[in-house]
Amino acid sequence: MTVNRRNFIKGAAGGGAALATAAVVSAPAPAQARPNKEMPPHAVGLLFDSTLCVGCKACVAGCKEANGLPVDVNTADALWDTPLDIGPKTYNVIKLYANGTADHKDQEQNGFAFIKKSCMHCVDPSCVSVCPVSAMTKDGQTGIVAYNPDICIGCRYCVASCPFGVPQSEFDTPTPKIKKCEMCRHRQAEGKIPACAEVCPTGATIFGPLTAINEEIARRRAMKPGEANVFERRTIGSGDTHERPAATYVDHVYGETEVGGTQFRHMAGVPFEKLGYPDLRQKSFASESEGIQHTLYKGMIAPALALAGLVFAAKRASHIDDEHPEE
Amino acid sequence: MLDDSAVKFETDVETRFGFSRRDFMKFCAAMAATMGLPKGADAQIAEAITKKERPSVIWLHHQECTGCSESLLRSEHPTLEKLILDIISLDYHETLFAAAGHQAEAARKAAMEKNKGKYILVVEGAIPMKDGGVYCKIGGQTSYELTKEVAEHAAAIVAVGSCASWGGMPSTPPNPTGSTGVGEALGRKDVVTIPGCPPNPYNILATIVHFLTFGSLPKVDELGRPTFAYGRLIHDNCERRSHFDAGRFALEFGDAGHRKGYCLYKLGCKGPETYANCPSILFNDVGTGSWPVGTGHPCIGCTEKHIGFEKPIHALATLKTNPPTSYPRIVEEQGTGASVASAALVAGVAGLAVGAGMKIAGNLGKSETKDGE
Repeated sequence: MTVNRRNFIKGAAGGGAALATAAVVSAPAPAQARPNKEMPPHAVGLLFDSTLCVGCKACVAGCKEANGLPVDVNTADALWDTPLDIGPKTYNVIKLYANGTADHKDQEQNGFAFIKKSCMHCVDPSCVSVCPVSAMTKDGQTGIVAYNPDICIGCRYCVASCPFGVPQSEFDTPTPKIKKCEMCRHRQAEGKIPACAEVCPTGATIFGPLTAINEEIARRRAMKPGEANVFERRTIGSGDTHERPAATYVDHVYGETEVGGTQFRHMAGVPFEKLGYPDLRQKSFASESEGIQHTLYKGMIAPALALAGLVFAAKRASHIDDEHPEE
Repeated sequence: MLDDSAVKFETDVETRFGFSRRDFMKFCAAMAATMGLPKGADAQIAEAITKKERPSVIWLHHQECTGCSESLLRSEHPTLEKLILDIISLDYHETLFAAAGHQAEAARKAAMEKNKGKYILVVEGAIPMKDGGVYCKIGGQTSYELTKEVAEHAAAIVAVGSCASWGGMPSTPPNPTGSTGVGEALGRKDVVTIPGCPPNPYNILATIVHFLTFGSLPKVDELGRPTFAYGRLIHDNCERRSHFDAGRFALEFGDAGHRKGYCLYKLGCKGPETYANCPSILFNDVGTGSWPVGTGHPCIGCTEKHIGFEKPIHALATLKTNPPTSYPRIVEEQGTGASVASAALVAGVAGLAVGAGMKIAGNLGKSETKDGE
């Protein structure tokens, strides 16, 4: 029998009823997003202060050394490590914002500013949420977003999901791995701090527990521009300090609320949209997508019913074939 | 065999300067090299020095420590007594003068009269301007009066050292004597400044020899500094630069990094904001490492106003990166688009898929027709 209109409508109605039943059984309310995840109890983080950065790129070099990364050549002569952006060979990079004559630092018009780009270590990371095999994980204590190549199946969902374009896959090998900053967790395991904070000569990148980072941000926001202030280097509380006049900050600390907060915070004298940091909402993407997905797949009831409906429809549509056994 | 002129030249140099022609030519070549002059300039310099009348130099001292003169005394090729006695005519210099008192002042006046409009005025030391300039007086005249008098008929004015250039150490805030540099005190823009504490003697010598050879002062920047000496940041030519780029810093004097010769930026080195040729020509002719950073001390930025003697020695330098170069922009285009080969491959695969799809669709139609039978 061919699938005539009558049978088709019947099948469709059956499937639709099954789906509706599943929705009623499993969801107390329409597909609902869970709240953003909470900051882990012993979260560690980094603070990058663009106004302190002198553009020496010691953090880029330090990171490569600590993580055993190769040079990333992008010029015709291929002489120098010149990463253009973060990627499989570069976990952090210093980028330049320049406008007009670029004469004054940390100024939007006719000025320039340096900005660091690397993994933001989101509190509610999309990459962890989308990973089908838990190769991408967020540490329950420190909050470091880490990657395990032994579990990874290479689907690259994490690459597509990240609002900052951080996880990147290797494209020059048949067995690619995902490459991203893991806040030097191998160094932290040895009691050291991330290499970028270790080598920064001005304390533009500084490491510490997130509670201390928040206090430091509040202290810097309260500073009077132009007044001499003490800035620490390496870690908060290191005692390795230097003095310099405070800069004028924009009234925005990037990473405090973006996509549910990040453990890498940025301060700058130029608006963040100009520095390549997108204006993102407070709700994490993971909370919403997980809400929809977990509702649909709860207890596998909806998929089971949908399958049952389809099987029923298929059966109805093809039962005549059974009367003619194969030859 | 030497021709007559060469013999004459050699005799001239040897009798007049008291050193061999070979040493003399070495000196001329060194001067040409310091100023970055083209090949052949050394011969021109040699000609100028041997043939022209020795130019009269009047050297004034104000608020200073005589370190600039000391620095000049330590130049070695040739030894400076030869130069100041034989190549230039140093007619007045308060610390090198044999004469004293009224005799010295009379010598200055005589030289000014004799070489009116042709002598070179070299000033060492800042000029106090507060309270009528009473804080520094020579022979009853204030520094300002004396400098103004001598500057009036000078062919060129050279400010030697940071004090004469922009005020130097005496002008350190709160600047109790109101001291300032020669150019600012006289209100003149044509003063050549050779800042440094002390400046490198070869920068002083080269400037004077340039004037002697070409009849004009060398090319200067907006602060009156010869660009051959002050055109580059210390940071640009520093022997420790590679350590800076790699993030290897000495953290305190005597630590492991300091002993290994790491970058001194974290100790407050002002090389990244100071223009001078110290790392290129070094000091005292004793070989490598003979400059502050080479010995392990951070640069204090002595040539730069508002940095030397003003910014704390261990305060971090502000990198002169404006306008900055060699950084990736916020948005970088990456990749080169599809190559012909890859486009052909994709087109081939797509063609196969389309063909297979059509075949399958055709078969489906056939099976349906069979079903209907």
